[in-house]
Amino acid sequence: MTTTPSELAAPRTQRRPAARRSNFELYSWLFMRLSGLVLIILVLGHLLIMNILDGGVHRINFAFVAGRWSSPFWQFWDLAMLWLAELHGTNGLRTVINDYARKETTRFWLKMLLYASAVLIIALGSFVIFTFDPNISN
Amino acid sequence: MTTTEAAPKPAPVPEGSRTVTLKIQRFNPEVDDAPHFETYDVPALPTDRVLNLLFYVKNYLDGSFAFRRSCAHGVCGSDAMRINGVNRLACKVLMKDMFAANGKQTTLTIEPIKGLPLEKDLYVDMEPFFEAYRAIKPYLMTYGNDPTRERIQSAADRARFDDTTKCILCACCTTSCPVYWSEGSYFGPAAIVNAHRFIFDSRDEGAEERLDILNDVEGVWRCRTTFNCTDACPRGIQVTKAIQEVKRALLFKRT
Repeated sequence: MTTTPSELAAPRTQRRPAARRSNFELYSWLFMRLSGLVLIILVLGHLLIMNILDGGVHRINFAFVAGRWSSPFWQFWDLAMLWLAELHGTNGLRTVINDYARKETTRFWLKMLLYASAVLIIALGSFVIFTFDPNISN
Repeated sequence: MTTTEAAPKPAPVPEGSRTVTLKIQRFNPEVDDAPHFETYDVPALPTDRVLNLLFYVKNYLDGSFAFRRSCAHGVCGSDAMRINGVNRLACKVLMKDMFAANGKQTTLTIEPIKGLPLEKDLYVDMEPFFEAYRAIKPYLMTYGNDPTRERIQSAADRARFDDTTKCILCACCTTSCPVYWSEGSYFGPAAIVNAHRFIFDSRDEGAEERLDILNDVEGVWRCRTTFNCTDACPRGIQVTKAIQEVKRALLFKRT
């Protein structure tokens, strides 16, 4: 080989940056497990109510939604489901991007796109749940 | 060395052997653009190991065939390769376990381990693997004055990390890990196993430092618990269990 000594890295040079002492990856890992457990109850309950009980999907109309959201319990249920599902999915896609994006710039922009969409959906969903007006005309 | 090509002796076929087809991935960086498969028919005894068949190819059929081996007895960990799609040491796979049933033709597919840069035939560049190994500081770390006598350890304390002392750094586990295939900066199972060996050693005082390293982006949280590493380990180390124990230490002993 034609490698000159000046091109070689010095022995024992550290190639990895020092550990950051951050627990972010730990908490995101933990969040996936805990939110997954809660989502099993929330999502299966939601599917049961919306699709199976009392005639299922055919009785869903504006009045049905308005009636449900007049109760703080269902408001909280839907809000929890929205936030947990969106953050759970975002975090899952973040790990997929971390695993499979080859270039640093691709990784950055894919994550930006992901975070922007997550913020938009959470904000829009929360806005609708909190400001829903059952007496809206036409 | 004799180089007479006048009358090459026919390759010997031992008594009681069966003919086995080896489908070997070949790559010569000076000639080939991409790796390709070549097949070789070789005689195999039930007591042969896959390594013996590779030597048969090298010694009698194609001397340019390149692969690593050192001790050839499952101790040094040089001859890790993908045999029929799973990572094994070629010197620890007996042919009697590989023969097809009912006397059908046996075909073995031999590939280099995945996820490391391919250099030639079954040779891969092991440097990224050993870089991850060095990064977890695989040596005894202590602070303060050294004791005047040896460092005493109880049998129970020794048993705590016994499983992970068995690692021979063959890279079977790390190169069977799908996360490592796609993201080479992940420390990989082998590095975590060797960190585990010191984190749970009662004589060592560097556990906090190693846990910090494994708590970062490239550390244990990358593990998807697919158990490929445990299945691949030729030493029978419970690799995934060791990784989970490091996760547990991070979750419950700290934070």
